[in-house]
Amino acid sequence: MSATEQSATTSAWSRFVHQRRLVVGATITVLVILLALVGPLLAPHGENEVTGPPFSGTGVFGTDYLGQDILSRLLYGGGIILLIAVLGTVLGMVLGVLIGVVAAYAGGWWDEVIMRLNDVTLAFPQILLALVILTAVDQPKTWMIVVLIGVSHAPRVARVARGVALGLVSRDFVHAAEALGERRSRVILAEVLPNMNAPLLAEAGLRLTYSIGLVAALGFLGFSTDPDKANWGQMINENRLAISTQPWAVLAPVLIIAIFTIGTNLMADGIAQLSDRGRD
Amino acid sequence: MTTLDTTPPPEAAGGGITVADLRIGLTARPDVDVVDDIDLVLRPGEVVGLVGESGSGKTTVGTSLLGYTRAGAMIERGKVLFEDSDVLALPWQQVRRLRGEEIAYVPQDPASALNPSIRIGRQIVELMELRGLGTAESRLQGARDGLAEVGLPNDDEFLRRYAHQLSGGQVQRVALAMAFLPKPKVLVLDEPTTGLDVTTQGMVLQTMGELCRSHGVAALYVTHDLAVVANIADRVAVMYAGQVAEIGDRDTIFAHPSHPYTRALLDSIPHLRQARALSGIPGRTPAPGSRPGGCRFHDRCAFAVEACAEQEPELRERGPGHEVRCLRAGEIGDWDISLGTVPDADPQRAREVILDIADLGVSYGRTQVVFDVGFDVARAEVVALVGESGSGKTTISRCVGGLHKEWTGTIGFEGRPLGHGSRKRSAADRKRIQYIFQNPYLSLNPRLTVEQIVKRPMELFGIASGTEATDRVAELLEQVALGPAVMRYQTNRLSGGERQRVAIARALAAEPDLLVCDEITSALDVSVQGSIVALLDELRRTRGISMLFVTHNLALVRSIAARVQILSAGRVVESGPVADVMDNPREDYTQRLLANSPRID
Repeated sequence: MSATEQSATTSAWSRFVHQRRLVVGATITVLVILLALVGPLLAPHGENEVTGPPFSGTGVFGTDYLGQDILSRLLYGGGIILLIAVLGTVLGMVLGVLIGVVAAYAGGWWDEVIMRLNDVTLAFPQILLALVILTAVDQPKTWMIVVLIGVSHAPRVARVARGVALGLVSRDFVHAAEALGERRSRVILAEVLPNMNAPLLAEAGLRLTYSIGLVAALGFLGFSTDPDKANWGQMINENRLAISTQPWAVLAPVLIIAIFTIGTNLMADGIAQLSDRGRD
Repeated sequence: MTTLDTTPPPEAAGGGITVADLRIGLTARPDVDVVDDIDLVLRPGEVVGLVGESGSGKTTVGTSLLGYTRAGAMIERGKVLFEDSDVLALPWQQVRRLRGEEIAYVPQDPASALNPSIRIGRQIVELMELRGLGTAESRLQGARDGLAEVGLPNDDEFLRRYAHQLSGGQVQRVALAMAFLPKPKVLVLDEPTTGLDVTTQGMVLQTMGELCRSHGVAALYVTHDLAVVANIADRVAVMYAGQVAEIGDRDTIFAHPSHPYTRALLDSIPHLRQARALSGIPGRTPAPGSRPGGCRFHDRCAFAVEACAEQEPELRERGPGHEVRCLRAGEIGDWDISLGTVPDADPQRAREVILDIADLGVSYGRTQVVFDVGFDVARAEVVALVGESGSGKTTISRCVGGLHKEWTGTIGFEGRPLGHGSRKRSAADRKRIQYIFQNPYLSLNPRLTVEQIVKRPMELFGIASGTEATDRVAELLEQVALGPAVMRYQTNRLSGGERQRVAIARALAAEPDLLVCDEITSALDVSVQGSIVALLDELRRTRGISMLFVTHNLALVRSIAARVQILSAGRVVESGPVADVMDNPREDYTQRLLANSPRID
């Protein structure tokens, strides 16, 4: 028996390594996050330092509409967008999973009410909801954007979570917990949720992608905490006029966002497959 | 390999199919065999039962007749001779034609083999189109004839139904009809009656037997239940760990079983005529790759000697057509069917009623499914609820267990009325009545470890916590014959029988006075059922636990229960002490249940 136990731990590791999708995804994600974290230290110029004429070829990627160094702004502009996207996704997942699982577990009338209200909020396009609120306030705070992103994700996550949970709440191990008289909150947290890992992780990866797109889009539309600070999304907006003469000013932030979302999605897929395979 | 000489090819040449020296291995590990040294002859008009526990390789042999192995396995050696050609050597186009047309297969779960969105009639006609049977006009009539042959209605109304509008037994017979339509010469049936109740099983088996004999079809019937085979097979092959352990005529196998494994399987089968102390086979069927050297059964065998661990036995002839793979085949004496019988439970015994059900009516929404049911259960007594599927037996047990709320009448526990759902009951009541589910693959949370699962009731009811609880978990696991080593496992590493033991340990952790057992052995091998029943009986005797035992297996009832309630369409039609009801059944319904029960006694 001890031999099989040993092989269980080693096989968990070897499974991780063999899951190439997961390894590649995790590597990309970690690299981009590292870049965003230590970027400001590596940047050859300051965030708002003018290094040459606007849209010129000075420096690796050239300069932007104000003559600031693109590479430096790229290295400065990651932290905030990633922070907002990750926090927004986490908030959206927590809210959405809660709504969905409670609806599925409560069932019947409660399920109907919760999910129909959910449908109403679903009818608003994500970006529109954010825009309506953001135009109302003078200077948006970072936490506001996080909350808006989270709230706009929640109904979408809720639909997926409910679907997954519906298949679980009718299983006998949930009935068994109920027959023992477990509290409802414990049935949800200890019995239902742990079995939702795989699909929820995949959903989280997708949501993170959307979050980044959303933050970038908001930045593009001019809604960011500090207009002077570098921000990948905003950089696309600022420099789009010169896309034909100075393409790197737009392409560089677009590419890094694309690479990051591919990385997170590969990772989420990999984790989902891994935890699925561990089952049987 | 010796069999090849004793079973000359000419026998099969006139029809039927011959498997010769078959070995199927794993693609990933060429040194490991899934099945090995398989020689099997199916003669026309003959039903051969292929029997073994889960993991014995019986399904692998069954599908190899169609030239098929599941992914990850490959046929390494051997021949499947059918009409002068080797199925395994044919090009795939010809194999494709053979499958279904000459060699048909009926799967375990036919519901998933029928297309849910195509009407039954259309599906059968399509099959005939695919096989090029009949003309456009005659096909519909052909479909009707096929359905009539398996005893199904064949009017337009039935042909227009979808698979979900049929009962389990009807679906199984549609699958049989579809298998028979192309007039195959060989039929492979893979546990086609598992999951059906005895009445339906009886009908399906009878239909199958008649069709095989009248059409001269050679049939291989794969199952884990020797009792089923006893009623339909002409010859029986018992498989263990990828090899044929014993093969012979049905009467020889059941009268003079010579392999210790065959005997152990027979010992685990309950009888209808008399109660038995059932026994299981210790340990579990070894998986390919972890099978012991020498005789593959020696580590679980009661008759093993040292030589068994060293020498690999060959199939040796014991009598005409009777071959045994055992070194000691001649030395271990004769088997006695009445060995292990015990007196029936004494109906005169003093009874201290613990559970009292009166005027119970149960409904799902507007449909009432149980009417005016009343019975009681005494301390340290097992009461069985028996009936066909849909008779309401599980529904009643769910009401007692607090899993179903819509009922009227009273369920009294020690004189106090019980609340309608578990949330309406006191913690003490929830603790003292424990429910064990039918399917251990669904009733244990796959994300939790065995320790977490078994420990939870103790924490919840304040019985024990911390290291004391851990010690008790180890104790309980010892008691259900799993051992503390499985504590840190997740349940997906356990077999069905082991999972059900974990479920029993979880129920015992609450220190209950009443166990509600809902068909807890129906998803398990017969040998595993034997050991679980033995465990329950010991718990009843040592701890004085009462049980409400739901099952459709009357033979099992005889061995475990003291009293029985026979249910039909939501009503109790007959009840009383088990021996009385089963020896002198008054109702037609009870007699029919008894007549349809597979038996070896």
